[in-house]
Amino acid sequence: MIAAAAKIENLDRSSEALPLLSVRSLTRTYGTRIGCADVSFDIWPGEVLAIVGESGSGKTTLLNCISTRLEPTSGTISYRMRDGEMRDLYQLGEAERRHLLRTDWGFVHQNPADGLRMTVSAGANVGERLMAVGQRHYGRLRATATDWLGRVEIDAGRIDDQPRAFSGGMRQRLQIARNLVTAPRLVFMDEPTGGLDVSVQARLLDLLRGLVNDLGLAVIIVTHDLAVARLLSHRMLVMKDGRVVEHGLTDRLLDDPQAPYTQLLVSSILQV
Amino acid sequence: MTARTQASSYNFAYLDEQTKRMIRRAILKAIAIPGYQVPFASREMPMPYGWGTGGVQVTAAILGPDDVLKVIDQGADDTTNAVSIRKFFERVADVETTTRTVDATIIQTRHRIPETPLREGQVLVYQVPIPEPLRFLEPRETETRKMHALEEYGLMHVKLYEDIARNGHIATTYAYPVKVEGRYVMDPSPTPKFDNPKMHMSEALQLFGAGREKRIYALPPHTEVVSLDFEDHPFEVQRFDKPCALCGGGQVYLDEVVLDDRGGRMFVCSDTDHCESRRAEGLRGELLGEVAQ
Ligand SMILES: Nc1ncnc2c1ncn2[C@@H]1O[C@H](COP(=O)(O)OP(=O)(O)O)[C@@H](O)[C@H]1O
Ligand SMILES: [Mg+2]
Repeated sequence: MIAAAAKIENLDRSSEALPLLSVRSLTRTYGTRIGCADVSFDIWPGEVLAIVGESGSGKTTLLNCISTRLEPTSGTISYRMRDGEMRDLYQLGEAERRHLLRTDWGFVHQNPADGLRMTVSAGANVGERLMAVGQRHYGRLRATATDWLGRVEIDAGRIDDQPRAFSGGMRQRLQIARNLVTAPRLVFMDEPTGGLDVSVQARLLDLLRGLVNDLGLAVIIVTHDLAVARLLSHRMLVMKDGRVVEHGLTDRLLDDPQAPYTQLLVSSILQV
Repeated sequence: MTARTQASSYNFAYLDEQTKRMIRRAILKAIAIPGYQVPFASREMPMPYGWGTGGVQVTAAILGPDDVLKVIDQGADDTTNAVSIRKFFERVADVETTTRTVDATIIQTRHRIPETPLREGQVLVYQVPIPEPLRFLEPRETETRKMHALEEYGLMHVKLYEDIARNGHIATTYAYPVKVEGRYVMDPSPTPKFDNPKMHMSEALQLFGAGREKRIYALPPHTEVVSLDFEDHPFEVQRFDKPCALCGGGQVYLDEVVLDDRGGRMFVCSDTDHCESRRAEGLRGELLGEVAQ
């Protein structure tokens, strides 16, 4: 339980700490089909929340709604901006919203090709967000890119190579570096280890855990893999058929699942 | 104008008046928002795309009977493209044409800006093949429009970054991107970056027409035009080791001309009018027995 203790250290849930993000009664339907329904939760600075559930349970729909990539059918999502003000994300102007996406947030896609520019160098992939917010010094951009490649365990000698030439694991690490370079406060991840071999997954998870701890990131991570949730998250939302069936601290929830569905999930996966 | 109109089977300057009004509206909008690409209903012209149909439509829309037209291609008045466009307007508008920059009221150009500084009242019309500077990294038009609208220009610097990473310096020499009035990033058409500084604060009106892509954009006189760069890799124009072999002119853009099949070559003014004017004043370069300027 050493890992769990380390995880909790990040958290500041003292009474005056306010949530970073609040989701209320969020529903998204596709015609008559439910994507996700009536989801409410808060996430605090530095907290890692895992959204778990089997395929089709609405995890991606929920993540995309929260990250403003998919308009909800109803409900509200508010976010504490850097100035401390709580804002309804769907009331933000597009420029403001896109700025938030590029600076204060990160989004790590399951498929790195969706989050990287495959035909520009690793260095430019890392530097793009900085250039987007006005950094205009090549030498400094390069130094920052070199530093970040190191932090995600990519050899600095690969800085001018395109991600096309990288392995799946390297691509995913590059995508992470590209997202973290602007020191975001909240990072969304959709099955970040999904497409990788088991041994590569383990290494990536280890790296992610280190970065999340060091940077005090808040993370909302979607995974169908309870082992990933256990390793990374403080809290879990368990989804089934678009609804949250159970919600609680990860260790408590895995040790003592309450909902029958969660009991089934836990018993089927954690045996191995 | 009516007499001329009847003389040919075309309306003055080929396009019908309604089309010209439509194009002028686009031009006015473009002038009002410097550097912004205004869509327009580009017409079929009696020449293939790639031959300057955008520039020709802009010229046709602004041309009046008293205008004096000059047409250049890569700086030269006597290339096929320039000659045929000049002939076209002589025929359909019966306007006076010239090769002299100082005498022209409208200059249509492909890939160069004249060396002689343009003055108030002159209009430079550029033929533009690809108006969208963001296209090379973001092919989606919906996305590039949004990027312009929201001033998301990080990608332009990604391109320059790649240039430096690969070549040690910014290797882009043509169509070098600029920022207009601190707002819109614009492609100056495939002019050499040597010409970029001439766009800045020009006294002339600069109009850009892209026929195939159906876009018009503009730089009104006295517009700030800044070439993009990095603090530690500032924008620089090309420099040439020697002056023009014919007129001895320096600080001009030179073309390499092959003289024989044994590797003989010379560098001469790309702007033929500039070169000829200097020689008319008695100035001579190396090849013509040098008379120092
Ligand atoms: N674009 C879409 N159009 C119609 N139905 C969709 C669409 N995306 C997801 N769904 C449906 O919404 C439900 C939740 O899907 P999703 O959010 O992708 O779940 P998960 O990420 O947990 O696998 C599923 O029933 C799925 O079929
Ligand atoms: Mg999914």
